[in-house]
Amino acid sequence: MKTNDVILQTTTKVIFFIIILFSIHIFFAGHYAPGGGFVGGLLTSSGIVLLLLAFDLKTVSTMLPINYTVMVAIGLLIALGTAAGSIFFNVPFFTHAFEYFTLPLLGKQSLHTAALFDAGVYLVVVGVTMTIIQSIGEDE
Amino acid sequence: MSFVYFIFIPMIAALLIPFLYKKVCGIHTGWFVLVIPVVLFGLYTTLLSNVQHGESVTSSFEWIPSLNISFVSYIDGLSLLFSLLITGIGALVVLYSIYYLDKTREQLHNFYVYLMLFMTAMLGVVQSDHLISLYFFWELTSISSFLLIGYWYKRDRSRFGALKSMMITVFGGLMMLGGFVLLSIMGDTYSIRELIAIAPELANHEWFVWSLILVLLGAFTKSAQFPFYIWLPDAMEAPTPVSAYLHSATMVKAGLYLVARFTPIFASSEWWIWLVTGIGLLTLFWGSFFALKQTDLKGILAFSTVSQLGLIMSLLGAGAISFHTGIEDNSIFKYAAFAAIFHLVNHATFKGCLFMIAGIIDHETGTRDIRKLGGLMSIMPITFTIAMIGSFSMAGLPPFNGFLSKEMFLTGMLSIPDFDFFAFDTWGILFPIIAWIASVFTFVYSFYFVFRTFTGTYKPDFLPKKAHEAPFGMLISPAILGLLVVAIFFIPNIIADILIKPAVAAIQPYLYSSPEEIDIHVSAWHGWASPELWMTIGIIVIGFLLYWTLSKWQPMFEKIPKWFSLNRIYDKLMDLSETGTHRFSSLYMTGYMRSYLIYMFTAIVVLTISTVFIKDAFDISFAMLAPIHLYELVIVLVLVAGTITVLTAKSRLTSIIALGSVGYSVALFFVIFNAPDLALTQLVIETVSVALFLLAFYHLPKLNRHENRMKFRLGNALVAFGVGAMVTIVALSAHSNKLVRSISSYYEDTVYSEAGGGNIVNVILVDYRGFDTLFEITVLALASLGIIGMIKLRLSKKKEVNRNENK
Repeated sequence: MKTNDVILQTTTKVIFFIIILFSIHIFFAGHYAPGGGFVGGLLTSSGIVLLLLAFDLKTVSTMLPINYTVMVAIGLLIALGTAAGSIFFNVPFFTHAFEYFTLPLLGKQSLHTAALFDAGVYLVVVGVTMTIIQSIGEDE
Repeated sequence: MSFVYFIFIPMIAALLIPFLYKKVCGIHTGWFVLVIPVVLFGLYTTLLSNVQHGESVTSSFEWIPSLNISFVSYIDGLSLLFSLLITGIGALVVLYSIYYLDKTREQLHNFYVYLMLFMTAMLGVVQSDHLISLYFFWELTSISSFLLIGYWYKRDRSRFGALKSMMITVFGGLMMLGGFVLLSIMGDTYSIRELIAIAPELANHEWFVWSLILVLLGAFTKSAQFPFYIWLPDAMEAPTPVSAYLHSATMVKAGLYLVARFTPIFASSEWWIWLVTGIGLLTLFWGSFFALKQTDLKGILAFSTVSQLGLIMSLLGAGAISFHTGIEDNSIFKYAAFAAIFHLVNHATFKGCLFMIAGIIDHETGTRDIRKLGGLMSIMPITFTIAMIGSFSMAGLPPFNGFLSKEMFLTGMLSIPDFDFFAFDTWGILFPIIAWIASVFTFVYSFYFVFRTFTGTYKPDFLPKKAHEAPFGMLISPAILGLLVVAIFFIPNIIADILIKPAVAAIQPYLYSSPEEIDIHVSAWHGWASPELWMTIGIIVIGFLLYWTLSKWQPMFEKIPKWFSLNRIYDKLMDLSETGTHRFSSLYMTGYMRSYLIYMFTAIVVLTISTVFIKDAFDISFAMLAPIHLYELVIVLVLVAGTITVLTAKSRLTSIIALGSVGYSVALFFVIFNAPDLALTQLVIETVSVALFLLAFYHLPKLNRHENRMKFRLGNALVAFGVGAMVTIVALSAHSNKLVRSISSYYEDTVYSEAGGGNIVNVILVDYRGFDTLFEITVLALASLGIIGMIKLRLSKKKEVNRNENK
């Protein structure tokens, strides 16, 4: 019997973007307010999981053609690269740098290498969660 | 010349032997090997004149200078005597082995490599002045003799004998190492000469007796003393040249060397004298008695070696008494060490010769069983002559060298009761009696060995081969040794001046400062009045009577019950250690994770709680507690209820849900205690893990899926209670004893100025302590890869598919 999940699918289409927006917000706010790469990553993947629930694995992989294992590797590389970058400026490993800039639209903001590191964390968390859920889901 | 390098010549030669063996097939490898002991023997004889005047030759090279470990070759009378024995008899044995071992059928390269290794090891043992390098060479003798005994490794008995000798001698070697370490700590030096120099100080040290006993254990195991002699008869499975070399002339004498070398250090101790003399005599008696039980030629010789080694050992012990009597006192004890060395030389000659004879008989008739042999006198006349010379010397008859040393031995034992300390005046009376009885048995087995083999009726039906005289080359070595046996009888004082007195001066440095001072004269004739003469006559008469009636009383040995044997004890011990440890490990290695967890938790609980109370660290103070609010209390109640539900729920589903509720209430706690980041993460993670639990629950196998409440086990409950109590105690004590101030104020002060952030938690995670985070995400990555691996790469399944396809 084929069930009709039109309500679920429609609400998912709306809610997915809200979740993603919220997760991006949480990610960027991390340095000043509760949040950060870890929770941000988990929220993003929860959005994708919602997609998985509403549609099926195949559809989602055509919608988001992402290899999550590669994502984990990229995340780790970014994190390690950020940490290692400080060596080139003759400061100890894992020294972050930050500066305040006045950006168009956003106004005075600080740009911080810690955010890059957090991006690495974010990618790893999304990748890991999705890898686990996908491989369990694909298993017979 | 640097004699320390000569020690290693045989070892270096051992490297080349396999190449020679492969490349030069026409010539027996032994001929090349023969050069080495002959050259070394020549080299060592050049030192004779130095040593005779009490000089010694020392050379060394550094091995580990920072730890003060070096190879030191110290050649005095004792080392030189042993070096000459090793190389001299080594040369004869190599010559003998050339004819004994077949070029085409035997793996000669193995044999000579092991033999040369052994020669290096023995030379190292007798020349080392450094305790650690002495131990190094000592173990090398154990290993190379293990290889030699197991030379015919396809035979069961060979492997058994090799293993047994290895176990026993390595046990002794390790004990000896302990003794050496104690000695070197006591004396703060590794050098034996320096230890001898400070021997009087060592004697008062509390470890003195310990080091003495440990060193003696090493010497006793190597020299096959009671009760460690059991490996030697089993080592007779080795090829006969090996038996002649290792088990008569060299390795078994390493223990005697050790005792002789350490006599100046330990002679002051009553323990040393009693142990060395007593065990020596016991071994002498035991070995000579049980030699008559043997029916194998080499078995007889093995027990005879054991007994003769006991004789020498007891003489060395008696020689140590001279430490207490002094040189002025014209007591016999200063002769004892002389007699010991003299008999050691004599034994090396006649026992080497006898072993080679046994090998010849085996080689030419195909059996060593004395019951099958007989009447070989006319078939093998030369062999018979040499065998008779050897045996008569062993029995202590004139005109052979054994007679002289046996006389000196009896003199030594007779005078022990005169010595009036350490209770020798009462118990010492036993010594000459045991010595005399043992000598009678020695006489009987010597006759038994030679006359049962060569006289009587020839039994060709029993023999695997047709008996005939040995080839000339095989007879050279025993003939040389037999000539020495006779020659030493006629010129004992020349041998004494050249070889024995320097060695005695090395053993008893507290008596003599140079070998020339030793005023001992060997004489074959003591006069009618001396008791030794009558004792010897008694030995001959009683021994002859016993030999005459041997067939009447030899069956008595069969009546000795089987359990009355040290081999039996050894076998049981080995068996017990194997089954015992197996039983022990299977007792606690149950294979159940549950038991291991119980061991671990019990250990943690006991260790932690007892430490807390022993160190008096338990302390409860309510000074720094915050007030408790109502909503905290409510969440705690929810949490406790959730936990109890997890434990008591009948269905697993209930447990999972209850676990989820526990997780969410923890998240609530984070909210209350101002940890928004933690609360967020905890909520999400709890959700994910509950989902995973449900997944696992759904896939449980249908078969055993009865819904059961967890069984109550008192032990588990106690351990769980203990762990809980431990954590509580530690937490309370830790909270009540805050010793250092928290560093969190630093983070509060610098989070904006230094790190440019506002969320302390996140700044700590990515900036202050970002290193941890880097590896935590690595952990996550690894976990995901692991899950991929487990789910996607199922080799066993693939294999099954392949197998089905093949069908």
